[in-house]
Amino acid sequence: MSATRPVLDVRSLTKVYGEGETTVRALDGVSFQVERGEYLAIMGSSGSGKSTLMNILGCLDAPTAGTYLLDGVDVSRLSDVQLALARNRLIGFVFQAYNLIPRTSAVANVELPLAYAGMRATERRRRAMFALDLVGLADRAELQPNQLSGGQQQRVAVARALVTEPALLLADEPTGNLDSHATEEVLSVLDDLNAAGRTIVLISHEEEVGARADRLIKLFDGRIVADSRQAPVGRHSAAGMVR
Amino acid sequence: MSFAEIVRFALRGIGANKLRSALTMLGILIGVAAVILLVAVGNGSAQAITTRIEALGTNTLTVMSTSRGSGGLTPRVAEALDDPVLAPDVRSVSPVVSAPATLTYEGAEHEVTSFVGTTPAWFTASNSPVATGSVFSAEDESQARRVVVIGKTVAEEMFPGTDPVGAQVTVGGALFTVVGVLKEKSSAGFQDAGDTAVAPISAVRQVLAGYGGLSSILVEAAGSGRVDVARSEVATILDERLGAGAYRIQNASQLLETRTETAGTFTALLGAVAAISLLVGGIGITNIMLVTVTERTREIGIRKALGAPRRVILTQFLVEATLLSVIGGGLGVAAAVIGSRFSIVGVRPVIVPSSVLLALGVSVLIGLFFGGLPAARAARLRPIDALRYE
Ligand SMILES: Nc1ncnc2c1ncn2[C@@H]1O[C@H](COP(=O)(O)OP(=O)(O)OP(=O)(O)O)[C@@H](O)[C@H]1O
Ligand SMILES: [Mg+2]
Repeated sequence: MSATRPVLDVRSLTKVYGEGETTVRALDGVSFQVERGEYLAIMGSSGSGKSTLMNILGCLDAPTAGTYLLDGVDVSRLSDVQLALARNRLIGFVFQAYNLIPRTSAVANVELPLAYAGMRATERRRRAMFALDLVGLADRAELQPNQLSGGQQQRVAVARALVTEPALLLADEPTGNLDSHATEEVLSVLDDLNAAGRTIVLISHEEEVGARADRLIKLFDGRIVADSRQAPVGRHSAAGMVR
Repeated sequence: MSFAEIVRFALRGIGANKLRSALTMLGILIGVAAVILLVAVGNGSAQAITTRIEALGTNTLTVMSTSRGSGGLTPRVAEALDDPVLAPDVRSVSPVVSAPATLTYEGAEHEVTSFVGTTPAWFTASNSPVATGSVFSAEDESQARRVVVIGKTVAEEMFPGTDPVGAQVTVGGALFTVVGVLKEKSSAGFQDAGDTAVAPISAVRQVLAGYGGLSSILVEAAGSGRVDVARSEVATILDERLGAGAYRIQNASQLLETRTETAGTFTALLGAVAAISLLVGGIGITNIMLVTVTERTREIGIRKALGAPRRVILTQFLVEATLLSVIGGGLGVAAAVIGSRFSIVGVRPVIVPSSVLLALGVSVLIGLFFGGLPAARAARLRPIDALRYE
């Protein structure tokens, strides 16, 4: 895919937490670009700033310094309504901590972004069920988060992120709590999405998950220490054929 | 996102936390019901007092002797008050003697606390018309005819189911013919106003009271605006006749004022107690809301991350808070209305409309404030800050 302008374009992003003696430089001058359709994995040790970076990319947080262009638009200039629109239509976000709404059924959780997009109830329900089916949880649709296992909650969170078919999927350790079988299922869903032309940014600790991406960024203490393109290994076969 | 959809979200939010919603509503319900009901009780007792005193006749003055034995007040004094020159603002003067007596009729006995002897003017002055029969005439009085007008209670006790007019009752060994029955009247104080009998003063003095002093003199002023003038005219005459300090003048409208004032204080006191209970209810709501702020703030963070604009979030939470407080308040009003059908500590509560509005308004404001404020604050946060809120 050849795009004239990158989907993500971050320039010397810095994020400083706290004040005085206790300041933490979670991000320290991070710059990179992501082209449309790329499959990027971000790796790094715990506390290296991965989640911090991801939250900024997802328009959930603002950097202390530096600029972030999303689809060529400077995010810091967007109004609240425009930001909401971007989060809703453009970005699918999988949280490290799932962040499902408590006491609300799985399917209602998955429907939520569609509801905020103004979709009708019946169509919403159909798509939400389809997304749940994709992550293998169609039979758990009516259960509430506290009735689901950690891995199941994580898969509901994935379903919620991809239900709007976003152009950009940001996933913060989407397989952190899954066994190898469930990991494979979730990753193959991501492979398919990427094969359909969507941009994916994924954080992981696991080498084999990182190996499926076609680009790998390594963070250390808030800085990029490696940024390399690679031949993806272990992709979902159908996805490989489409490419 | 349409408003109907947001309302559905709000309803789901209420349903998702049933216990919390129920407790919130209960707090508001109790507060609102207490305010309305307590104010209604205060108001009801004030109204009862007012009607009782008004039944006495508000443009009358009652002259009583201060010395025991009532030596001072004589029929002569009463006549002196009926003076168109010295007391032009006095419409009528009725001398009154009264004594307890036992009425007997065909073996049935009834005791009245006050067997009243007076002149026909008393009936209009004291606002006591007859329901059946008629009052006795001036001629009856001058001839000392033994006729009597009995109170409603007496009629019901002694002549159940029959018309007492024309019957002859024995009082103090003499026969009195019943000529009329007084119309029912609300009671002043603890006394039953219907438990009385009224006869010509001349006859009562012969039979019961003897020829001593009068119990009191009832003076009717020429109009409700002239009570004060009449009072000073009466006082001037009495000062000359009896000397200052030998008598006392009571005014029903004065009594009314003091009583109304007292009742007003009472209502205010009850209202204050009720307001405190509303406040306590409000603090309860605040507490419940604060406990859930952390959870709600996280939820707001999630919703924002999924693309909910601030306006939609605010609307949802405001609708939630409003629904809770309006439903709670509505139930509180209903409870108060039902409660006001029963008499409480002997008082029939009368609901004051403004207290309903006030209680509802305050409860809705509390709900909006404590439900809406944290939500408004959370909706302004960056999603990640809302998510990390603790
Ligand atoms: N809200 C915050 N306030 C203060 N410091 C923070 C905050 N969030 C993160 N940090 C710090 O920023 C650094 C990066 O945190 P971040 O969550 O980005 O790490 P991570 O790479 O995602 O780690 P992990 O792999 O464990 O999820 C850490 O040192 C952390 O302590
Ligand atoms: Mg992390």
